[in-house]
Amino acid sequence: MNGITLILGLVTLAGALASVALRNLVHCALGLMVAFAGLAGLYLSLGAQFVGLVQVLVYIGAVGIVFIFAILLTRGGGSESGSLFSTSWAVGGGIALAVTGVMAAALLQSPSLDRGSVRAAGPTVRQVGESLMADYVIPLEVMALLLTAAAIGAIIVAMPEKGDPGAPPQPPPG
Amino acid sequence: MNELSFFLLLSTLLFGIGLAGVLVRRNAILVLVSVELMLNAANLNFIAFWRHGAGGESAGLMFVLFSIAVAAAEAAVGLALVIAVYRRFRTAHLDRVDTLKG
Repeated sequence: MNGITLILGLVTLAGALASVALRNLVHCALGLMVAFAGLAGLYLSLGAQFVGLVQVLVYIGAVGIVFIFAILLTRGGGSESGSLFSTSWAVGGGIALAVTGVMAAALLQSPSLDRGSVRAAGPTVRQVGESLMADYVIPLEVMALLLTAAAIGAIIVAMPEKGDPGAPPQPPPG
Repeated sequence: MNELSFFLLLSTLLFGIGLAGVLVRRNAILVLVSVELMLNAANLNFIAFWRHGAGGESAGLMFVLFSIAVAAAEAAVGLALVIAVYRRFRTAHLDRVDTLKG
């Protein structure tokens, strides 16, 4: 644990806090992207180069943009009016605090975390690719099927229904 | 504090922030943002344990790669559902989407 790791961790936590606490939804999405970037830096500092780059590509690049699209499509671009939190916010916050406290206490007391051995360096991209194509080829194919199903499902769910009052007006024929 | 404990504590805090967001925020998109934070906390745990020798040569990395793919699919489907709900109710606030309320 060095200074850079500490700074990256603080940036990640700050982005996460901003993404759940801010009023403007676009600012929340940008805070989420900051948290993702901090996590990508942490992965790189842990020696997992490929995962760090995938984090940048998939999370910051794709998921963040999808969130911003959804915020703009639901007209959430401005600030939220009224109360920011749900009516049962005290119960929810209490549950979250209790869960965090129990987990933190458990891991601070755990004696099995004193692992001296640190992996020297992660596998190269070539080794990751060979591993994906040899040992993990069936999970990879299942994942391809899942992503296809998810893409088709997302399009069908978000497609405007016929006669829907919320659908955009159809252009006149001819 | 050793490095592994530091990363596990960081991941716990990230998970706690995400859990608080899921339980407390009213906007459905913010709830999905918080779910993404919790998934990322789990990914950080995988990488931290992998770094400190748990699992085989690259098992932790593979778990994280597949987890990222599943999370991307979840985000796409979840946001499509939010858009469908918005079209039906003209709002994405969970307190007002209460047709099934008893």
